[in-house]
Amino acid sequence: MPDEVIFWVLALVAVAAGVMVFRFDSMARATYALLTSLLCVGGEVLLLGLDYLGVVIVLMMTIEMAIMAVFMVMYMMNPAGLMPMTMVHNKKGAAAICAAVFAVLAAGVLLAPWPSRRGRPSADPTMDLGLSLMGPQMLTMMALGLALFATIVATVVLATRRGRYDRFGDDLKARTPDDAVRGGTGR
Amino acid sequence: MSLELFLLLAAALFSIGLFGALTQQSIVMLMMGLELMLGGVIVGAAAVWHYIAPAAADGQVLVVLAVTVMAVEMVVGFAVVTALFRSREVDMTDMAAELKE
Amino acid sequence: MPDAAPLWATVVLPVALAVAAVVAAGFDAMLSGSAERGPAGSVREAGLRALAPLREALRLLVQRPRRTTAADRLLGRLGVVLVPVAAVLAGAVLPWGFRAVSDPSVGIVWFNAMEALAWAAVWLAGWGPNSALSLVGGYRFLAQGLAYELPHMFAITTAALGAESLRVGDVVAAQDGLWFVVWMPAAFVVYLLSALAMSFWGPFEHPVSRDAAGGAAAELAGVDRLVFLGGRWLLLVVTAGFSVPLFLGGGHGPLLPGWAWTLVKTVAVLALLVAGRRALPVLRMERYMEVAWMVLVPLTLLQALFVAVVVLNR
Repeated sequence: MPDEVIFWVLALVAVAAGVMVFRFDSMARATYALLTSLLCVGGEVLLLGLDYLGVVIVLMMTIEMAIMAVFMVMYMMNPAGLMPMTMVHNKKGAAAICAAVFAVLAAGVLLAPWPSRRGRPSADPTMDLGLSLMGPQMLTMMALGLALFATIVATVVLATRRGRYDRFGDDLKARTPDDAVRGGTGR
Repeated sequence: MSLELFLLLAAALFSIGLFGALTQQSIVMLMMGLELMLGGVIVGAAAVWHYIAPAAADGQVLVVLAVTVMAVEMVVGFAVVTALFRSREVDMTDMAAELKE
Repeated sequence: MPDAAPLWATVVLPVALAVAAVVAAGFDAMLSGSAERGPAGSVREAGLRALAPLREALRLLVQRPRRTTAADRLLGRLGVVLVPVAAVLAGAVLPWGFRAVSDPSVGIVWFNAMEALAWAAVWLAGWGPNSALSLVGGYRFLAQGLAYELPHMFAITTAALGAESLRVGDVVAAQDGLWFVVWMPAAFVVYLLSALAMSFWGPFEHPVSRDAAGGAAAELAGVDRLVFLGGRWLLLVVTAGFSVPLFLGGGHGPLLPGWAWTLVKTVAVLALLVAGRRALPVLRMERYMEVAWMVLVPLTLLQALFVAVVVLNR
């Protein structure tokens, strides 16, 4: 019974906060509404018995949204929502598409003959996940690691304005980089 | 609680996210829609793990995958916006579409 | 495995943390007093100096709140309240001797997730008042967070690796003979550094430092300020206290019972941090960033590798 109540509260808050993301004028509020929604998602995952993944979602989303807020404020014309304005296109079409998508998904959910539950969760699903990622799913894990590494390199290349020629001179011979802000290791 | 309820929640989150991704002009807001869609995917994967195949870890792996995709998507998105903004002062999808003309 | 604590522990925990925070703040005020005005002449004077934080707290309780134009009150309040709430929630997995209020199977990740709430909290508190200086403070904390979080995560992962469990109780149990600090010294030092950084205190107080007129706390007055700055002390106490089960053997020790050892060790770590603060200048986060990523991340990775090899050959 308490599980039922928790499920409904989290589900309603998740959906309501999700809607508010696109209704708030203030970008900070929109970001933190999204965080609320995703924290509720983490709560639902905890409710389903996935302790590790639930807490990791809470951890990752908090950090992610805290960073996201910076970019929201940086790239929006009206970060604090003090002068309300709408920046949307094709609202009606999108609403129709989304209603149709939801209807199709809901029909699929309700009509599909879901298989009955097979097996029982082991005492420690976290251990299962670890063994799986380090065993049969090793390829997935390697691909994820590689993708994350490639992302780090690619985003730095994309986002930085100064390449190594700017930092180390035309022949790359400078001993210390010519940076606007010096770091802490004294190089 | 049942599988259907969780999947309906997942579908609702997915549709709201899709609405945001389709309507928002600002690239950053568009990414928030994508994040919400992936949140729906996470709920769906976790529910399927719990109610259909709790003995195997595949559902959990799918959640890990979705969380990673969220992080990668956000980071790449912001890097692209930063690069676009730096070179063209563009921060909206419609303006980016005009660049090809 | 430790047994669950009784229900009243849930009520006692915030109170105990608050008392510890007041004591730590009092000790800090005493050290500040003797640095500024010479050593205290009498016991009474020392006591008065130690009570300074409490007097300040009472003063803040009756101070008029400050209003700023077009402030985002909702988010600002949320940020202010989130600081102590995150600290207490993180403290829920803190074992007192061998018992914690709650000892979930992923306690270490839980602790990390709750302290990550501080990122959001400080930024929100800085964003709320619609003031440039406080927003500068909020941004500074995010930058500082990016610097400290990665080495910090590797440090606490190392402790979990040594115990082969994410449960805090198991980590304590694994240190029955040998404390982790003996064979994970690098992780311990990095953890202490990030404990300071996380509570934006001491050498890492740049987000609320004087050069930005108080940074994230610039516009906070009255009860808001008390909750925010008190929450900062709570965070410091909790993060310092968590180094005890992670690296210092928790309640293990000869003669004394478990709870007494936890208390002694926590007090020792807190005293070290409070006294050590005076030897260190305030660090700017871009300086710490390079140190953290170029030195501390490889260092903690090597430490984790060493621990992993030891664990595999055990």
